[in-house]
Amino acid sequence: MSTPNSFKTGPDERGLFGIFGGRFVAETLMPLILDLEREWGAAKSDSAFWEEFNMLARDYVGRPSPLYLAERLTEELGGAKIYFKRDELNHTGAHKINNCLGQILLARRMGKTRIIAETGAGQHGVATATVCALFGLPCTVYMGATDVERQAPNVFRMRLLGAEIIPVTSGSGTLKDAMNEALRDWVTNVEDTFYIIGTAAGPHPYPAMVRDFQSVIGTEAKAQMMEREGRLPDSLVACIGGGSNALGLFHPFLDDTDVRIIGVEAGGHGLEGDEHAASLTGGKPGVLHGNRTYLLQDDDGQIIEGHSISAGLDYPGIGPEHSWLRDIGRVEYVYATDKEALEAFQLCCRTEGIIPALEPSHALSHVAKIAPELPKDHIMIMNMCGRGDKDIFTVAKHLGFDMADVMGETTQ
Amino acid sequence: MSTRIDAKFAELKAQGRPGFVSYIMSGDPNMDTSLEILKGLPAAGADIIELGMCFTDPMADGVAIQLAAQRALKGGQTLPKTLEMVQEFRKEDRDTPLILMGYYNPIYIYGVDRFLAAAKAAGVDGLIVVDLPPEEDDELCIPANEAGMNFIRLATPTTDEARLPAVLSNTSGFVYYVSITGITGAASATQSNVEAAVARLKKFTDLPIAVGFGINTPEQIREIGTVADAAVVGSAIVRQIENNLDDDGNPKPGLVDAVLEFTKTLSQGVR
Repeated sequence: MSTPNSFKTGPDERGLFGIFGGRFVAETLMPLILDLEREWGAAKSDSAFWEEFNMLARDYVGRPSPLYLAERLTEELGGAKIYFKRDELNHTGAHKINNCLGQILLARRMGKTRIIAETGAGQHGVATATVCALFGLPCTVYMGATDVERQAPNVFRMRLLGAEIIPVTSGSGTLKDAMNEALRDWVTNVEDTFYIIGTAAGPHPYPAMVRDFQSVIGTEAKAQMMEREGRLPDSLVACIGGGSNALGLFHPFLDDTDVRIIGVEAGGHGLEGDEHAASLTGGKPGVLHGNRTYLLQDDDGQIIEGHSISAGLDYPGIGPEHSWLRDIGRVEYVYATDKEALEAFQLCCRTEGIIPALEPSHALSHVAKIAPELPKDHIMIMNMCGRGDKDIFTVAKHLGFDMADVMGETTQ
Repeated sequence: MSTRIDAKFAELKAQGRPGFVSYIMSGDPNMDTSLEILKGLPAAGADIIELGMCFTDPMADGVAIQLAAQRALKGGQTLPKTLEMVQEFRKEDRDTPLILMGYYNPIYIYGVDRFLAAAKAAGVDGLIVVDLPPEEDDELCIPANEAGMNFIRLATPTTDEARLPAVLSNTSGFVYYVSITGITGAASATQSNVEAAVARLKKFTDLPIAVGFGINTPEQIREIGTVADAAVVGSAIVRQIENNLDDDGNPKPGLVDAVLEFTKTLSQGVR
């Protein structure tokens, strides 16, 4: 494969990044997808659209998020100088809101009056419910029944924000089934409904559109780094489920080829068996949810359920641009296991006083692996894409801390 | 192109009646039972057969067909086994057109050229692949046409006149009009909407028009038959399978007869 002049020109007019992406949807949705592509094309070059986006990003979300030098962690690891891009400080506690804000502005521009979304861990659902409350639009969130049980606090948050949550029992009752169900809703309610997809995947133009909304992360980080250190970082690290936080950080740096870029997938219990969610390192190309991309699947092309300790990463696919960046070799993709992520989670709490979400704990785990071997003048940015409040129950369970018996634990 | 589909519609025209297209999911609830049903469909009045290829993520299907796919997968159904079923069916039936219907990924993983050769050899006449709109014709539609296989396209209420020519290009056999915006087995369209939609399609193509989605009874079939060339029933037949399973999901005695009897009743709508 030859190296392109720029890594930032994709996708092409068919929505392809190399062979990845595309528009693999039912005919009923095709006119809507084309309509969305046209409207997004117009909005993208409309300064009024971006003025509103930037104003809300600043006043409502709290952007720009800080670029923070993690000094104690740097010291502890004894190598590279580690910065966190702190998107966990955003309103709603993760990077998801950047995309939701952009898409709901587009939905309003298109005159849509009803919003639907899928959610896994509930972060995208909460962010969608939030912007719907902000603009007074009815919101329906599809969530796998298994996830509804695992993520009760986020279910309640969405309810408080006025969203209707529909537990999905079809298939295996997790994120991919929630996405199927959202697509079924969309196919049924084509006239008035806008589907806010939560990651840089799905049919064109979603992967490019979500990436563009999330690129605020990398654009800010680049400017902040120039101001702080007077130069670009040497490496970037981010976790990957569908891959929107990672693309958001990576994209503005893709043509800075001296910057080493690393995406960290969820290795679950390890890549030997099926208990992981590492589509790029453990899957192969296939077609699901409107795009061709790396997927976890069996020899018959049936999709295999992903597993990760982090509900936000256990999706059997990945955004198509990542698949292309992998094949073309611009980004390295690695994985961290559940156990490694848990260790990094605790390391971050202890050294930085930041409780990270389990998703960026995967990225942090890789940082902890490579930083000690790197020189002290190596500058690294890790995307702290979410905070860990939502994960404390899961982590407590894994660490054997009985939430119901706190008195017993604290007196030990 | 397949002569079986063309021959069937010519035959229906000569008989002065519309056609009845019946759908079952291959391997539902297991391969043996499913094959027995498949073999019985022509005698139960099916003019054309659509055989579903199971997929874990059927995003355009309603609950009935989702569950059918899950039963088939649980029973160990795969794409090669579906092709084997067609081969068995063709040993006894040389005339009834058979169309495979499903999603792209299992075909993509099997390999497009390999799949087309195997399907052709097994006796498949056409393909309906829900997640391949005309924008993705390079993937399977054009190779299928080159292999002499009909690629049957879905037209929907959202397919406007600007888009129709693209939807109708590279399609052959017949056009499948999805009568509602929605998933299989859900709401039914009103007769006047269907009539107007079929009339609109007829302005753009000489191909026969089959209408499907939300059709459950012989009466509905009869009504559709007054405006279209064929009516398609899927979920209602598949639900008969679901209704004849025991608590462990195994077929109760008489399942095959019950499904075929139901199909026969439906087929009276075109006779």
